Amino acid sequence: MAKPASSVAKRANALWNWIDSRLPVSAFWNATMTGYYAPKNFNFWYYMGSLALLVLVIQILSGIFLAMHYKPSAELAFASVEYIMRDVDWGWFIRYLHSTGASFFFIVVYLHMFRSLLYGSHRAPRELVWIFGMLIYLALMAEAFMGYVLPWGQMSYWGAQVIINLFGAIPSIGEPLTEWIRGDFFISDATLNRFFALHVIAIPLALLGLVLMHLVALRENGSNNPDGIEIKANKDENGIPLDGVAFHPYYTVKDIFGVSMFLLLFAFILFFWPEGGGMFLEPDNFVPADPLVTPLHIKPVWYFTPYYAILKAVPDKLMGVILMGCSVLAPFFLPWLDRSPVKSIRYKGLWYKIMLGVFAIAFIRLGMLGMSEGTPAQTIEMRIWTFVYFSFFILLFFLSPRGKTKPVPERLTH
Amino acid sequence: MPTDGVNKKRRRFLVATTSVVGAVGAGFVAVPFIKSWLPSAKAQAVGAPVQLDVSSLKAGQLLKVQWRGQTIGVLRRTPETLKLLPEVDPYLRDPESLESDQPPFAQNEARALKPEYLVVNMHCTHLGCIPQFVPQVGPQPFEEHWDGGFFCPCHKSKYDMAGRVYKGVPAPTNLRIPPYSFIDGNTLVIGVNPKGAV
Repeated sequence: MAKPASSVAKRANALWNWIDSRLPVSAFWNATMTGYYAPKNFNFWYYMGSLALLVLVIQILSGIFLAMHYKPSAELAFASVEYIMRDVDWGWFIRYLHSTGASFFFIVVYLHMFRSLLYGSHRAPRELVWIFGMLIYLALMAEAFMGYVLPWGQMSYWGAQVIINLFGAIPSIGEPLTEWIRGDFFISDATLNRFFALHVIAIPLALLGLVLMHLVALRENGSNNPDGIEIKANKDENGIPLDGVAFHPYYTVKDIFGVSMFLLLFAFILFFWPEGGGMFLEPDNFVPADPLVTPLHIKPVWYFTPYYAILKAVPDKLMGVILMGCSVLAPFFLPWLDRSPVKSIRYKGLWYKIMLGVFAIAFIRLGMLGMSEGTPAQTIEMRIWTFVYFSFFILLFFLSPRGKTKPVPERLTH
Repeated sequence: MPTDGVNKKRRRFLVATTSVVGAVGAGFVAVPFIKSWLPSAKAQAVGAPVQLDVSSLKAGQLLKVQWRGQTIGVLRRTPETLKLLPEVDPYLRDPESLESDQPPFAQNEARALKPEYLVVNMHCTHLGCIPQFVPQVGPQPFEEHWDGGFFCPCHKSKYDMAGRVYKGVPAPTNLRIPPYSFIDGNTLVIGVNPKGAV
């Protein structure tokens, strides 16, 4: 005889209470979702965080399934990738998910970082959120670089050659260091095998840990917002920010909309333009690695080309490497370089709008030049934009305390 | 942590010594992991010398062989090529190979043991690409003063017919010359210096 519905509900409730008194599920959910108040005026730019998390999940999932068919050996790697593409059921789909996902990861992350520059999300008290974010970005670069080596195509091989030899520029310890990284006197099976281990275990673990720290540090002070003011300054009698809305359901629902739109675009690229016209997967990488022939035109994937242009712009090996390193590390200092009394671009004067605009153009233009052949005229242009890139950080430090600002509102605007 | 009636000095000493011992232990444990990344015994064994007969090379011909995974070029130069070498000196960064990497016997204008044969590590000293061999004499799209040489497709570094680097390119030094010797007139051994030369 079936029990009345109310009895089933009662039992389910009892089970739930049994779990919740042993594992603080509802307390955690309340602290981070329903009882976590976020500014009510989030716009388009605020989709990128949750989208980055989505792409991370896509990469981990597709990566696990790729690792089931891939062979990390110099002899078998290239063929095993082609085997995935041609013979494994839906293998092409999983592989393209992973390779296109990598590019989308960087698109989303670059937009996410630009949002900080717009609204001052990296400013006090969120410096550590930014630092963890930058560490995630560095880990992501290492992850993407090593992942690109795994198919063992021509670009994999020669890209690794160029990047590893960057370390050779370090005086005295450079040569032994490159040997230590490669595990051989040249890029070989040993190199590929260790990159595989780092790509599938070490760096993903570090990434997950950093993402956790990024989110924990974010939850401590709450999100910034397009007005760059603290919503916690205005609370109602219950201690709830007047300009805040509960993260769940308001922003979870908003993010679900963002996820749907993103997946629509992602699926379109995935099915109709998976190689991105040679931008996501370069044509030379469909040729097996050959240590005797360097491809005519070596360039990294698009997301590294701005830094690559800076490397190419300098006619000195060590200086080029140092300058490229500085260009990657400079953003770490942004929370302390921007000394303006206001955070958001909305209340900064024209000076910041121009600076940020020129900086964005410099980054994009460097990215385009980094892909180019490098004629003398292009080399000169690379030098100019490299100068502009670094000027942004230096000028920001000196101009931001003096630059004009507009009065900041008490409460959020729309 | 309770602090009443505690010998703080002693506690600090114990914490410090425990930490130091732990750190030293961690340091020692790290060694095997770090050393496991060095080239293995197998990789080192594969780095044995390579022998080849150069008499079959035609004048002006470049032969590429592998030694320790590096591409080594063996170029048989004509007397005309050798005569042209001093002409590009003004456009070179290190014409006398003072800052470059080569065995002492190759620190000369031709950068060779026997001027006729250039034995050179083909990897660009910038980031290790293999430059293209461009033997034609006369202006090229990438360089006006060209008496033949090597042109790197990666970052446009240029070298002359002795592997000497041009000025104003990213490569810092001339192409490396590996250790080599001839065991008889025509047999080249890459990886071993001539007896008594080192």
